[in-house]
Amino acid sequence: MSLVAESVSAGYRGRRVLNGVSLTVAAGETVGLRGPSGSGKSTLVRVLALLHTPDAGHVSLDGVRIEGVRHRVPVSVRTRIAVLFQSPRAASDPRLTLADLIAEPLRAVRRPREGIAARVAELADRVGLTADLLTRRPHAVSDGQLQRACLARALAHRPAYLLCDEATTMLDASTQALVASVITAEQRETGLGVLVVSHDPALLSRWADRVVTVAPPRRSDISAPQPT
Amino acid sequence: MADLALSRPRIRPGTPVAALVLGAAVGAVLLVPLLLPLDQSAVALDRTTLPPSPAHPGGTDDLGRDVLHRSIYGLRVSLLVGVVAAVAAALVGGLIGGLAGLLGGWVDRILMRVIDTISALPHLLLGIFIVAMLRPGLGAVILSIGLTHWLSTARIVRSELLSLRTRPFIDAAIAGGAGRTRILTRHLLPHVLPKIALAVTLMIPHAVWHETSLSFLGLGLPPHLASLGNMINDGQRSLLAGAWWSSIVPGAVIVAVTLAIAALAGRWRDHLDPRVRAELNL
Repeated sequence: MSLVAESVSAGYRGRRVLNGVSLTVAAGETVGLRGPSGSGKSTLVRVLALLHTPDAGHVSLDGVRIEGVRHRVPVSVRTRIAVLFQSPRAASDPRLTLADLIAEPLRAVRRPREGIAARVAELADRVGLTADLLTRRPHAVSDGQLQRACLARALAHRPAYLLCDEATTMLDASTQALVASVITAEQRETGLGVLVVSHDPALLSRWADRVVTVAPPRRSDISAPQPT
Repeated sequence: MADLALSRPRIRPGTPVAALVLGAAVGAVLLVPLLLPLDQSAVALDRTTLPPSPAHPGGTDDLGRDVLHRSIYGLRVSLLVGVVAAVAAALVGGLIGGLAGLLGGWVDRILMRVIDTISALPHLLLGIFIVAMLRPGLGAVILSIGLTHWLSTARIVRSELLSLRTRPFIDAAIAGGAGRTRILTRHLLPHVLPKIALAVTLMIPHAVWHETSLSFLGLGLPPHLASLGNMINDGQRSLLAGAWWSSIVPGAVIVAVTLAIAALAGRWRDHLDPRVRAELNL
């Protein structure tokens, strides 16, 4: 059981960002991913999250090669991989309250209304959001509170894999610790496979089972991840 | 910065004045035809070019017609044309901008070049051409405005959709299982519709001016029917004879009403943006 990027090359409008990168995140493990700015860490996350089409290579989920990205991928497959973005503000629809934000993935797959309310309450409790905060919109809460709501949203479908794209960079130390502890608890409970992208070596050494480094592509260089 | 934000007034002084002006104008347009119906063909040659007085607050024109009474009837036509034409323009613009923004690629490129080409032509000239192609009248004026004023709405809708499509919250919704229809109806349209509604509101003053300009040039309503453009045009003759009110009163009505609509639309635009709303403590 694993989420695998195999020899993935990807870029934007002809500019190559990833060159033949392979990475495996097994169920239940936490993989750290580091590399300098511009090395393609976020692009690799987007490819693994089935949001960006690779120019070459492919993504496999639990041994099955995934064809296509975004809406071309069946909902049952998409919802097995969750993403926690760096900026909770950019990742939140400014019109929705935090409760609606958390409920959105459940509503999108037409879960029964009572089940949604119970699941939202359970997730909010898990990430420490009070009932008062749930009625607020993103502009009325802090980055930390909003990222906790985004984490609750990411866990709504009980995904098999969670990709954290520098998700704790904008948070204070206590919220960082809370986010990490919630993810670790979920991992123990459900066998969640986690990819943590970060510039912070201390965080990666504390949190990740292993760390891989991605280097920026230079001419013909291949940025194959090197275990450290 | 915090002090500056706190010291801003909760309600800007222009807002109640604009609301009062627009309320009075709409009230007059709705009530005057019921209480004081106007015979558009009637003339009274015994009281021509009378200056403003309690009996005729806007004076009379060179055919003895009450200028304020006719201005209110003219405003009724202008507002009707303005609102209908602005809605029509927003529908055309929203549809074309929506197609460009959602489909992107070559569809976007072709539609944007069409918009650039039409933008290069003067609106009024294009409007005159459209009216000249049709039978002059209210329908032709509305069509002329609708077909020349959709460009800005199309650009707004397109750029908004292009920007929204790449935002991480759309990616998060897709990863969460939202289908194309849900993305469109729950995440894209709710952000775009208020902007279209705002574009309609901001377009109404333009449309009113466009109608007035066409009437002034003799391409709008028939000359005997009260329209602000017709009245300003007719009033030119009396200006040289000293009857300034025959042009100034309809001119003042259109300036006051369009400024009031623009001020309220600007206020609404600020209210729609949660960041500005928080900053203004609304």
